[in-house]
Amino acid sequence: MSGIKSINAISPVVEVKNLWKVFPKRQRSKGKKTLNIDVHDEVTISQMEKDGKVVVAVRDVSFEIYPGEIFIVMGLSGSGKSTLIRCLMRLIEVTAGTIKINDLDITSLSKKELVKHRRYQAAMVFQHYGLLPHKTVLDNVAFGLKLRGEPKEERYRKAKAAIERVGLKGWENYYPAALSGGMQQRVGIARALVMDAPVFLMDEPFSGLDPLISRQLQDELLRLQEEMKKSIMFVTHDLSEALRLGDRMAIMRKGSIVQIGTPDEIVSNPADDYVAAFVADERRTLEKTKLSLGNKLASTPASS
Amino acid sequence: MFPEHFTFHVAEQVNNFVDWLLDSYAPLFDAISTGILTMLLRINEILLMVPWWLYMIIVFVVLFATTKKLIASLTLAILPMLIGAFELWALAMESLAVVLTAVIISLLIGIPMGILMAEINSFAVVIRPILDGMQTMPSFVYLIPAMMLFGLGKVPAVLATLIYSLPPVIRLTNMGLRHVPKNIEEAALAYGATKWQLLKEVRIPLAMPSILTGVNQTTMMALAMVVVASMIGARGLGQEVLLSINRIDIGRGFEAGLSVVVMAIVIDRVTQSIAKKWEPPR
Repeated sequence: MSGIKSINAISPVVEVKNLWKVFPKRQRSKGKKTLNIDVHDEVTISQMEKDGKVVVAVRDVSFEIYPGEIFIVMGLSGSGKSTLIRCLMRLIEVTAGTIKINDLDITSLSKKELVKHRRYQAAMVFQHYGLLPHKTVLDNVAFGLKLRGEPKEERYRKAKAAIERVGLKGWENYYPAALSGGMQQRVGIARALVMDAPVFLMDEPFSGLDPLISRQLQDELLRLQEEMKKSIMFVTHDLSEALRLGDRMAIMRKGSIVQIGTPDEIVSNPADDYVAAFVADERRTLEKTKLSLGNKLASTPASS
Repeated sequence: MFPEHFTFHVAEQVNNFVDWLLDSYAPLFDAISTGILTMLLRINEILLMVPWWLYMIIVFVVLFATTKKLIASLTLAILPMLIGAFELWALAMESLAVVLTAVIISLLIGIPMGILMAEINSFAVVIRPILDGMQTMPSFVYLIPAMMLFGLGKVPAVLATLIYSLPPVIRLTNMGLRHVPKNIEEAALAYGATKWQLLKEVRIPLAMPSILTGVNQTTMMALAMVVVASMIGARGLGQEVLLSINRIDIGRGFEAGLSVVVMAIVIDRVTQSIAKKWEPPR
């Protein structure tokens, strides 16, 4: 725990406190879209859950992300991790709790302020890329800048630089459909890079790719992070990926965070049986990762 | 058959309503009538000004540029010569003017309506049965009131055509917008798109193939009304068909009918090829 204490002196970029997201189950009658529910009334909530009236996707979640760290949120599908990351962009409205990004409470922003938050404070990379099929790679990367209203020359100059950084130079005028999955996700990353936002939100960005490409992109992300030092929230269901990338990680189960810590802490000291089962299966992978990491560390000092 | 005490009629109310419209809004209908007529005559004028061979060149260039099929493009470009050969060119242009006017008005009304339908669910719920009604109501039923309100001639023909041809473009605009993948919309929102930007940058471009199919369908529907429209005094190919039916001159009717078919095929292929061009590359 000593490692965390030392960074605690720096104020966090992202601060999530007691966050709840409760979805009303869709009913035949005209159900209200927003649900008024007191999250502190545990009895009612668990009763409503049992009755199948609501689904609690995020349950009383708190965590911080510090400048320059990659914070992993891991869990099986349905554990609420995708919902959680969307709450940070307010693509999903939260039920209760606060989300502070650079000391600004996202949950209380007006529509206009929210648009500004999305344009300047955070950039997101999606599992399904979310590229615009009718725009070229260049226009896709420049898309966020266009929404901001930056002049054409400026945004193309920045977009070209970002495309080069993700290794897609020469592909500017192709359409996304002509690119492989891995390349499309590179475009997705370039589109986020170009925004130059302090916070990066990545929702299972490499899950849909084959293992080799996925690893390649993980390395690339680490390389980019070396230069840019963003605060990254990275959602994944893949433990080996989490261990490779994460400075700290949170494990989610049924909407709650069961454990937060460095990868080492979580593997060596799992908080409960669920986490233990999670990491036991991957222990061998971890050993390998450690080994390769050790080799890397042994070989890098000369270059840096 | 049907229990007698259940019967009631709305016929009288409808009659009264049309009478009331006529009495109280005559100036309004006159104004609309003048507007449409001016537009129609201008279009007709332009259509007649363009020499016949230029149509063929335009059809060929558009088709070849979009499909790259030489023989098909040539065939479709030469096909309209048939209309000229039958000495029906001027009449065909008159029909085309009515069709074009109806289509232009359809698009001006239909595309915004389709967008509204996609944006506002309750609006869609109200509009959908009205669209069904517009497409299935036998056209003669509204032909007569249209004639009463706007007089004989081309204006009621345009309006009757409009009623029939408006629904497809509304429906397909709505459908196209609703079928835009949610993950793409979400990504655009995450990068700070406002509602308007989302519509302009993402939803409309992605719905474009569907919208253009709507334009194509609307045009075809409008062409289908050519003969019916001639019954209330719109000259053109329909009138020729009508005349030959009255005189049982099958050959003459066939020539006019074939001309309508030629027009329909050429317009269909041209608009379809343009629609294809708009599809996002895959």
